[in-house]
Amino acid sequence: MEEYPPIIVRLAINRIDLNLIKNENVQPRIYTPGEEISSQPDFLRGHGTYVDDENTLRASVAGVLEKVNKLISIRPLKARYQGEIGDVIVGRITEVQQKRWKVDTNSKLDSVLLLSSVNLPGGELRRRSAEDEQTMRRYLQEGDLICAEVQSTFVDGSLSLHTRVLKYGKLSQGIMLKVSPALIKRKKTHFHNLESGASLILGNNGYIWIGANKQDSDRSEGGFTQDLSRIPQINREVCARLRNCILILAQCNIQLTDTSVTYAYEESMKYKINELLEPEIMIDVSLLTHQRLIQQ
Amino acid sequence: MAETVLSSGEKIFILHGIDADFRNDGRRRCEYRSMEIETKLMPQTHGSARLHIGNTDILVGIKVELDIPHADKPNEGKLEFFVDCSATATPAFEGKGGDDLATEISNVLIAAYQTRNAFDLKTLCILPHKKCWKIYVDVLILQCGGNLFDAVGIAVKAALNSTEIPKITAATLDGGEPDIELSDDCIQLDTSNYPIIITLCKIGDNYIVDPTLEEEVCSTSSIVMSVLPNGKISSVVKLGCGSIQFNTFTKMLQMGEIIGLKLNKTLMDVLKEENQFGRQRRIFGFLK
Repeated sequence: MEEYPPIIVRLAINRIDLNLIKNENVQPRIYTPGEEISSQPDFLRGHGTYVDDENTLRASVAGVLEKVNKLISIRPLKARYQGEIGDVIVGRITEVQQKRWKVDTNSKLDSVLLLSSVNLPGGELRRRSAEDEQTMRRYLQEGDLICAEVQSTFVDGSLSLHTRVLKYGKLSQGIMLKVSPALIKRKKTHFHNLESGASLILGNNGYIWIGANKQDSDRSEGGFTQDLSRIPQINREVCARLRNCILILAQCNIQLTDTSVTYAYEESMKYKINELLEPEIMIDVSLLTHQRLIQQ
Repeated sequence: MAETVLSSGEKIFILHGIDADFRNDGRRRCEYRSMEIETKLMPQTHGSARLHIGNTDILVGIKVELDIPHADKPNEGKLEFFVDCSATATPAFEGKGGDDLATEISNVLIAAYQTRNAFDLKTLCILPHKKCWKIYVDVLILQCGGNLFDAVGIAVKAALNSTEIPKITAATLDGGEPDIELSDDCIQLDTSNYPIIITLCKIGDNYIVDPTLEEEVCSTSSIVMSVLPNGKISSVVKLGCGSIQFNTFTKMLQMGEIIGLKLNKTLMDVLKEENQFGRQRRIFGFLK
């Protein structure tokens, strides 16, 4: 008979605190929405605040106070992604509309990807005909994942994306993860081909893509073809390990870069992949990674 | 159910992974995620439990009341389940969005607990025709990260296990009117036969336990079964539109039974351990 692995049930009383970096003495002052910050008139109103009828400054988000000279702003504890031009993002198509796709990018509003800002099969200078408009779903349909760049932002804060460079486009086999966008800093490159054989895209919007195969570079057909063949077991294990490592780093609030992910990956090698879901091991891996990052 | 859409690439990746007995998070097909449980965390209730498994977060509260038995079942008490899908779990639950799922879950719970082998309603009777206990089980789904049925089943069992009912010192009929005296002492329910719920999700040609939200999207059908501590199955419900062959079905039932027994034993051991901490135990609740 098949051997079943044990089931682990823990008690809340034995819970392990995954928050590594903390100041024991300093309790941060957290403002709640609507809470009074100051009633003095000599302030400059920053992000996350508003002034009510009685000229008092109040917080409009839950977060911590940040003060630069007279400028008072509240930095939210948990925020959606605020796009900036040039950001690399990973997103999921939510809707196909007239000449555009709607993309979920973890921001307040869905972003748009115009038909005119994608590379269609047949080269750069191809004219977009009415037929292309009708067959848009053939290129990208609901649920598909794309990697794109922010082309411009609208007044209401929503984003317009483009995939006109060959490195952007549709993503095929792999795992997508969602982490807080604050964990990903803007860097020179967000595409990483790791030594272990997987490709990693750290989207600025907090969506992370772990691609199973490197041979994704064939973008001659506009990158709309998907490789649905079976992935070898070795690559699959690499992807799963990367996934668990990234989630460990995200839970412990460690910035996600290619270095931190590689370190965590290397430190995790002494454990089995499914062991990485256990809190004791998570804390060990994150501590080791944290130490290596400091030594650097 | 809150619909998460996946691209075909992701689906294929999950599907092939399950085929190779290696899931996206490194688990095997028959492997459970580790879970965390806390009971008696709400002093306002007679019994309560909170369960985390992955991103799934369930809170169960139990209230006990004196009531009049049903006319056709004068010797039995009452047990009622109410499931609430909170809109904090997913925006899809807003308004009446979660109602279908909530009814589905409570129906599964009712089916699991309805047999006399699992829960004897007669123990809740105080005076036939006149007075009985009525137990309200309120389940609140705070977050869903897959495998709701199992999580709810475990949380309900843990909450019932922690339930304390006031002890009755005297129950007499005074001129046709029931007269009941309660003491400050409490008695516990006899949970030794309570079922737990196991879901087996069929994905491709294989079946898995404890699916994540993404894996649930890939599945066409699943079996929700309730397993009693003695290994008997008290109810089986099939969900989803896919079909299951008879051979696979029997194999799934066997696997569910073994895993159910195992989960039940582990759960009871852990709850016993928690009980040993006594009343001075620190309550974590939500503030951490």
